[in-house]
Amino acid sequence: MSPTPPRIWKPLWELVLARLREFFREPTAIFWTYGFPTVLALALGIAFSGGTDPKAIPIAVLDGPRQAARVETLRQDPGLSVVSLREDEARRRFEGAKIVLAVSGDDEARYLFDPTHPEADATRRRVDDLLQRAAGRQDAIATRSDLVQAPGSRYIDFLVPGLIGMNIMSSSMWGIGYALVEARKRKLLKRLAATPMKRSHFLGSFLIARMVFLATEVAAILAFAVPVFDVRFQGSILAAALLCVAGAVAFAGLGLLASSRTTSTETVSGLMNLIMLPMFVLSGVFFSASHFPDWMQAFIRPLPLTMLNDGLRAVINEGAGVGDVALPIVALAGGALVTLAVGLRWFKWT
Amino acid sequence: MPLAIEVRGLIHKYGDVTAVNGIDLDVAEGECFGLLGPNGAGKTTTVEILEGLLEPTAGLVRVLGQAWNGNANALRQRLGIALQETTLADRLTVREIVVLFRSFHERGVAPDAVLATVGLVDKKDEWVMKLSGGQKQRLAIACALVGDPDLLFLDEPTTGLDPQARRDLWEVVGNVVRRGKTCVLTTHYMEEAERLCNRVAIVDKGKIIALGTPSELIGRLGGSQVLEFGSTPEMTATTLEGLPGVREARQVLDRWRLTVDAAHEAVPALLERLGQNGAQLTALSTHQASLDDVFVLLTGRTLRGDA
Repeated sequence: MSPTPPRIWKPLWELVLARLREFFREPTAIFWTYGFPTVLALALGIAFSGGTDPKAIPIAVLDGPRQAARVETLRQDPGLSVVSLREDEARRRFEGAKIVLAVSGDDEARYLFDPTHPEADATRRRVDDLLQRAAGRQDAIATRSDLVQAPGSRYIDFLVPGLIGMNIMSSSMWGIGYALVEARKRKLLKRLAATPMKRSHFLGSFLIARMVFLATEVAAILAFAVPVFDVRFQGSILAAALLCVAGAVAFAGLGLLASSRTTSTETVSGLMNLIMLPMFVLSGVFFSASHFPDWMQAFIRPLPLTMLNDGLRAVINEGAGVGDVALPIVALAGGALVTLAVGLRWFKWT
Repeated sequence: MPLAIEVRGLIHKYGDVTAVNGIDLDVAEGECFGLLGPNGAGKTTTVEILEGLLEPTAGLVRVLGQAWNGNANALRQRLGIALQETTLADRLTVREIVVLFRSFHERGVAPDAVLATVGLVDKKDEWVMKLSGGQKQRLAIACALVGDPDLLFLDEPTTGLDPQARRDLWEVVGNVVRRGKTCVLTTHYMEEAERLCNRVAIVDKGKIIALGTPSELIGRLGGSQVLEFGSTPEMTATTLEGLPGVREARQVLDRWRLTVDAAHEAVPALLERLGQNGAQLTALSTHQASLDDVFVLLTGRTLRGDA
């Protein structure tokens, strides 16, 4: 067998090779594709990992006959950081949440706190509990706490599928949209249109190369997140692969659409940012899309990045299989077909 | 001689602007044909129609005996094209690009042989972004040649190059042309057309205003040398009338261009005439008549568009 592929595939093969070479010879492209999501995962993973040693809650004990005793009692809880203050000082420290709660030093325990602070109520109960026990209260039943940190429920578990989805979106759109406009701008498209090259080969080479980049991009994020943050891949690999491919082609189609007639790279950048920016914010990359009010959900749910992110989370974190995510797979693939068909119809070579 | 290109009544409009306004053209096989004219004359539009990249608004075009309609793929196999200032890809090597273009054609020349023809063998592993302007143009020509075309289009191959790079490129193109490759070349450099082309059409405002071999066209000036001068006060057609040996006189901006048979006879006569009119010479030069002078004769403007 000859080492070169059969003649009719040769142009397609050479075009794909050219795509791959151009990409891997561009250091900034490599950083944005592989380095950036990894750095982001690392930074956010560390910032929001919660960890085993949560920060101590700052509280104050106010002037009074029992101040010293109460400080001593409360300091036995390592989860509290206790200071002695006059009341006027303490009230000032509530600004900017420099303290979460203050308790009086009188016989009666009087609590000062801002009820809108998320930790205030729990802190009040915690402090009250300590003071009551120190004063001799007996617990009615024995209690014990087992701490649970289940894989799949931490912030980093939420984040990693979102980063994969975001990366698929931006690399597909930039990799197709920007590259095509750049080629048109420098008249490469016109030059190629003047050769006997099959036009389907040229656009096909972009899709094939995209699939290669897709596999390596997703692998790079997982290869980092799995060992470093102990992210567990719980569901079907096939389901995740189908989601990624359908998503990548759908975004490639949007990129093609944005680039089909554009002649300036500035215009296509603006167009693509216009498409991508709402999804960065709304589609649940860094926080869940369910935070948005119900009336927005009808708009947010059908966004391609929402479908991709939610599907990937279902597979990676909740163990979903192909059947469970069939709807987003089919919807993304359908969107891909439509955008590619329209983009090709509008596409201008010269 | 069979025709490589046959054009009748070609018209092309971009909206309201008529870029090509009724061009007739025959190019024979084996000929190197030049389309010469200033920027915006309609040369590139004409060539892009011939290359099948643009649909003409009206007119008949046959390339290698065939119309574009229905024969596009077969024709593209047989054409080699170098567009005006194309940057192919920054981060591919010279050889990778030539191999890529070779893969599009059913038949062709070995990439290394083409690189030898254009003198890029020692640059073959260099990234395109590291090439000079002249080397990029050679690469463009290599891509045009690698499909062993029956017809070669070179659109402004030396525009933007420094004089040395231009002369080097003329040598490359000259070698290809001398081997009998049919070639259509556009340029706004007269010297380029004179050196490389067997026949030249001078194009201005979408029309062919003169057609012939370079020497025929220069012969139309009636003289072999051109005398260019400026004076204060300026001379007029009346004050210059009847100067001996002057075939043609034309004013371009503040200078007069006189086509003369022999400069050594015309110059003393001119100086005498200036003296009689109390005029002082501010500039004087003479040169061999060229296609530049033909263009000035025909349009009253220079090719560089400074009138």
